[in-house]
Amino acid sequence: MADTAQQARRTNGRWAGYWHLLLARMKELQREPEVIFWVFGFPLLLALGLGIAFRDKPADIASVVIVEGPNSQKLVALLRQSPEHGAIRADVLGERTTLDQFRLGKYALVVSMDDQGVHYRYDPARPESVLARSQVDDALQSAAGRKNPINTVATAASEPGARYIDFLIPGLIGMNLMNSGMWGIGFATVDMRQRKLLKRLIATPMRRSDFLLALMSSRLVLMVIEVALLLGFGALVFHLRVEGSLLAILLIGTLGAVSFGAIGLLTACRAQKIESVSGLINLVMMPMWIFSGVFFSYERFPEMVQPAIRALPLTALNDALRAIILQGAPLSSQFARIGVLALWGVLCFVLALRWFRWS
Amino acid sequence: MEVAIQCRNLRKTYDQKVEAVRGVDLTIYAGECFGLLGPNGAGKTTTIEILEGLLTPTSGEVEVLGRNWQTHERELREQLGISLQETRLSERLSVRETVELFASFYRYPNSVESVLEELSLGEKADAWVGKLSGGQKQRLAVATALVANPKVLFLDEPTTGLDPQSRRQLWDIIRQFQERKGTVLLTTHYMDEAERLCDRLAIIDHGQIIAEGTPAELIARLTGHHVVEFAISGMTDGSDDQVWKRLPGVQGVRTDDGLLCLQVNEPHETIPALLAEVCKQGARLEHLTTRQASLEDVFVQLTGRHLREE
Ligand SMILES: Nc1ncnc2c1ncn2[C@@H]1O[C@H](COP(=O)(O)OP(=O)(O)OP(=O)(O)O)[C@@H](O)[C@H]1O
Ligand SMILES: [Mg+2]
Repeated sequence: MADTAQQARRTNGRWAGYWHLLLARMKELQREPEVIFWVFGFPLLLALGLGIAFRDKPADIASVVIVEGPNSQKLVALLRQSPEHGAIRADVLGERTTLDQFRLGKYALVVSMDDQGVHYRYDPARPESVLARSQVDDALQSAAGRKNPINTVATAASEPGARYIDFLIPGLIGMNLMNSGMWGIGFATVDMRQRKLLKRLIATPMRRSDFLLALMSSRLVLMVIEVALLLGFGALVFHLRVEGSLLAILLIGTLGAVSFGAIGLLTACRAQKIESVSGLINLVMMPMWIFSGVFFSYERFPEMVQPAIRALPLTALNDALRAIILQGAPLSSQFARIGVLALWGVLCFVLALRWFRWS
Repeated sequence: MEVAIQCRNLRKTYDQKVEAVRGVDLTIYAGECFGLLGPNGAGKTTTIEILEGLLTPTSGEVEVLGRNWQTHERELREQLGISLQETRLSERLSVRETVELFASFYRYPNSVESVLEELSLGEKADAWVGKLSGGQKQRLAVATALVANPKVLFLDEPTTGLDPQSRRQLWDIIRQFQERKGTVLLTTHYMDEAERLCDRLAIIDHGQIIAEGTPAELIARLTGHHVVEFAISGMTDGSDDQVWKRLPGVQGVRTDDGLLCLQVNEPHETIPALLAEVCKQGARLEHLTTRQASLEDVFVQLTGRHLREE
């Protein structure tokens, strides 16, 4: 018995612990259906949903409603004559229902006509309402014989590269790297601390740096899958054209994953309970969801706060991803954004290491 | 004899107010199984975790295998197998994967298969940790410590919550480890465990060691070898202990849960005298048993409390 034990004895090399930690982490992730959904399924569903929502409803068709009355048929006829009749869909309804439907948002504009002329009822806070008013007005005026002093030609920008979905996909990649970095590192660390597993691990000769390295490495493996999945999905389903080099995208992805991993580690460096770290993670991510241009451009925010927005790590990541994916910008042109990301990463990592508690 | 673990004047104060350990001295020899016995909150975990190098003491010195934690941490970690009081291992790893993971941290680990076999976890090797019973989880915790191929094994309450059969199984495993020249330090609040498993033990209460020695020594030194427990009614003389203390061979008297307990060395001398006294007092005997004295009696004798307050 003792002899066989002697024979079976093995010697571990320097990196055995690291490899086993990484392997164990990957197996755990793979066996957690929730993780698979939130990391891979959710962003794809989001892309699909938003992509379809904004593709099937071309923004330039205005839904308007005409109030039934002595002049309603005249209005319909005028709209039908106008050169822009294809861009306007007009229904005729009784006054009561008209206002109800307008309030509910089904129609962007209410049009009526009496002896004084045409009346528009619109909501200045709704962009499509404002747009509909000017479209209908143009249509009515030109149908009534107005001549435009300048001839103009308009082209709809719906070819790949300029659509909303093209804007969205790189933003989703950035957001996904942030989410899974913060949760994958921050939450996992506190969970292990709460379970006393961190303490149990440092009771072995395991190198603490190996543990952190394995945690980060597992993020990188996932990062490659996340990026490939979203890009591939965009290309297949929405004919997204990837202009930049894949290598540049992966390098930015790596930097993003590591930086957000470091931010996650800092968030988690002392928390004892998963409830408290969950709140903390959401608190850190919230401003970036809003300000960093995931779903819409941050140019909409006042000029004054723009520098602060650009200093956020997710803004830097999203901007760099968009420049590379959509415009084919070379990595070297993204120097400033890389700097912002790297600075966040290094700073958070150093602080996290200083304050980290294993028990 | 070679000293495996030694500490002097160990103190630990949490947050500058909770004095968990208040001056503990211990010397544990190589090859022995040493037990720290004490009630909840006595400071067992704090003491053992200081010895394991996981907590820094407020003051005092620790030496393990002749080295100290500040200068030889890595070297020491290679030679110790540790199981903490409560660790929840990852639920979605299998038993084998978990033990493999812990084996990978050591330069010269034991074979994973033989450790699984030894702890009767072979059948469960491919089951997820989350699916194990409480007893199997405890055995797995010990497996992660044994796979280190350690010289010293630290076990913090390894059998708490186990059924009697699983406890005995774990005792066997600990004895086998000892037979291979291993040193064991364990904590427990089961006195029968301390009595049967440990070569020597220290009873710890409120952060201090209140008695130390082999189980037999402690019992012999602090109480008689036997305990006579009885109850009576219709006693004229009140329940004055002095009456019973005067009986031949009685070393101590206490009341416990409505019973009078006499600590005696020779029950065959004491019991006839006891019966005669009951007769003389005109009282009636309701209950009478005699049993071997245990560490529980030692603890009650020392503190006036039971080890496990129900
Ligand atoms: N991290 C901590 N911070 C503050 N007080 C603590 C901490 N850990 C333990 N204590 C206190 O120190 C005392 C000793 O605790 P310890 O865990 O060492 O007891 P124990 O003998 O192991 O008890 P048990 O049998 O319940 O495991 C207790 O009063 C406990 O409340
Ligand atoms: Mg304890």
